[in-house]
Amino acid sequence: MIEITDLHKSYGRLEVLKGIDLTVHKGEVISIIGASGSGKSTLLYCVNGLESIQGGKIEVDGIDVHAKGTDLNKLRQRLGMVFQQWNAFPHLTALENVALAPRIVKGLSKGDARAVAERRLVHVGLGDKLDVYPGKLSGGQQQRLAIARALAMEPDYMLFDEATSALDPELVGEVLDTMRLLAEEGMTMMVVTHEMGFARDVSDKVAYFDEGRVEEIGPPEQIFGAPHSEKTRRFLAKVR
Amino acid sequence: MEYTFHWRPVFNRLPDLLEAGLITLEVSALSMVIGIALGLGLALIRMSGNPAIAWFTIGWIEIARNTPALLQLFFFSFGLGAYGIHLTPYMVVLCGMAFNNAGYLAESFRGGFAAIPDTQMKAARSLGMTATQAYLRIIIPQVLRIVYYPMTNQMVWAVLISSLGMLVGFHELAGETQRQAFRSFRLFEFFLVTAVIYYVIVKIIILSSRLIAWRLFRY
Amino acid sequence: MADGGVQFFFEFTERDLLILAEGAKLTLIISSLAIVGGTVLGGLFGWLLSVSGRFGAITLGWVLDIFRSVPPIVQLVLFVNFFPIIGFPVDAAQAGTLVLMMYCSALVAQVARAGIEAVPKTTRWAGRSLGMSYWQDLRYVVLPIGLRAVLPSWTGVALGVLKDSALVSVLKAGELMQVSQEMITRTQQPFLILGIAGLFYFALSFPIARLSEHLERRWKYD
Repeated sequence: MIEITDLHKSYGRLEVLKGIDLTVHKGEVISIIGASGSGKSTLLYCVNGLESIQGGKIEVDGIDVHAKGTDLNKLRQRLGMVFQQWNAFPHLTALENVALAPRIVKGLSKGDARAVAERRLVHVGLGDKLDVYPGKLSGGQQQRLAIARALAMEPDYMLFDEATSALDPELVGEVLDTMRLLAEEGMTMMVVTHEMGFARDVSDKVAYFDEGRVEEIGPPEQIFGAPHSEKTRRFLAKVR
Repeated sequence: MEYTFHWRPVFNRLPDLLEAGLITLEVSALSMVIGIALGLGLALIRMSGNPAIAWFTIGWIEIARNTPALLQLFFFSFGLGAYGIHLTPYMVVLCGMAFNNAGYLAESFRGGFAAIPDTQMKAARSLGMTATQAYLRIIIPQVLRIVYYPMTNQMVWAVLISSLGMLVGFHELAGETQRQAFRSFRLFEFFLVTAVIYYVIVKIIILSSRLIAWRLFRY
Repeated sequence: MADGGVQFFFEFTERDLLILAEGAKLTLIISSLAIVGGTVLGGLFGWLLSVSGRFGAITLGWVLDIFRSVPPIVQLVLFVNFFPIIGFPVDAAQAGTLVLMMYCSALVAQVARAGIEAVPKTTRWAGRSLGMSYWQDLRYVVLPIGLRAVLPSWTGVALGVLKDSALVSVLKAGELMQVSQEMITRTQQPFLILGIAGLFYFALSFPIARLSEHLERRWKYD
């Protein structure tokens, strides 16, 4: 379970998160929607400790992410993250991209790491691209590679930061399909997205972020069908 | 034109020249190895933004890049000599060139690091790698590729610069040529042959650099 | 030296500073002639390389490559010994300027060629499609775009030539480096004199570096 209580985050004098409360239960898929600059992506960076926080608390399975004694490297193994930019490691083949962290972080043997990596690449549909360098892959394939790389650490949670925003329109589908597959398999996911269709069809809960606050949160039927908040209504009217 | 060319004395001494060519290669390669290590260190220190030692690295880089290499060599010969530290000609050339290489390479490295998007670091850390692991496995290999071409240029430059050894009494290729030329009075012939040897050395370096790159960078 | 012992070495005086400044003046003259001449020649060579295809790369390209692959100091010794052989004795400063100019032109040729090739073909076609002649296209399209692209590289070459002018000291031309070296032998104050010489080189580089920075900034915003 990920439990976020009264989270505050600022860059200098600019406050981007102004008191966020959010709970993600095991097996849940929660989509976070909202305008650019509403602090959605920052929230994910805070959850796996890539960003410091100024107030409040984030607990992952009872472990305080920003407490002094927390072993972040250990914690991050349980939080897989996929970024907006593809972020494949360009100097490694697809297989090496996925096998590296299991080997040097988890201490798997070379052979075991390879086996894990191969299984994950097949999982995301890249079984025929094992020895290809990322430069030779399309954006959608690179993003699926990034998903496989995160999955290879066998995380309990997956965080998606606008995973499809930088893709050409025709490549969005294959990445969303992979994410849908993960959701069906019961992965706990926090998905920051602009894909309203995905948010509606796949999520258990949808949170609408507005200017650093959770304006409204609820099941997709509520958010997309009968939003309580006027702001939510106006936002959804604009993006449709 | 009354001058008659005499090539025989040069060809008699060719083995000496070729041997001196090897010394040129050796001192250049060594100065590169030291220069790369120091340059990487200078770049990392400068980027770390520690003001206490930043002035030191900036001073080093600026002096290395903005004064003649010859002046830097003189610092290591006469300069240190005035304080009772007498380096051998070999050490003068090696230290001077390593100092010079480090200054130039530090700037190349800084540019290389700046060219790697910081999301690469984030991605590595999000997989649970430590900062050191991320640097060694993800960042530095990519930086090395970016600075590979400037590094090759620097190696060529190092070979050309090593000829200054002639002015501090070091018998690398140019120095040895000068010694032999003065003995035989066939200055022009000796230096012409030496020019050819330098040309060949430079070509070999560029060619092998390409071969290594072809083996090393498959992406 | 204690108690009226023999004074072996001379003190460094204000007059010595003037002597160094004289050397710096000669360094300035030699290197500016070499840079200006080398840039004009190098620009021409670069253009020739860009239009002459394979033939140019093999002939002109090869000759220029030699200038880049042989230490300037060896080139200097060769030149100054070659001219007397063919019956034209040259003085050290002339030979030094000439060699540096050729060396500079070989480096600039590479830069200029890169600049010309940095201009996309489509941009040039756009110029030509407006009815510009070849020379108009070169003058109004290629030159401004290419110049911006390679200004930093050119600056590097110019500063490099300025520093390499120190090598002319091997010919005893009386420029800054040689004057410094002789003064060190006389006064035995290497740190002081090398420091002053270094400052002179800094001072000579400064205008080139600033001019380039200034142009780079101005060209960025218009």
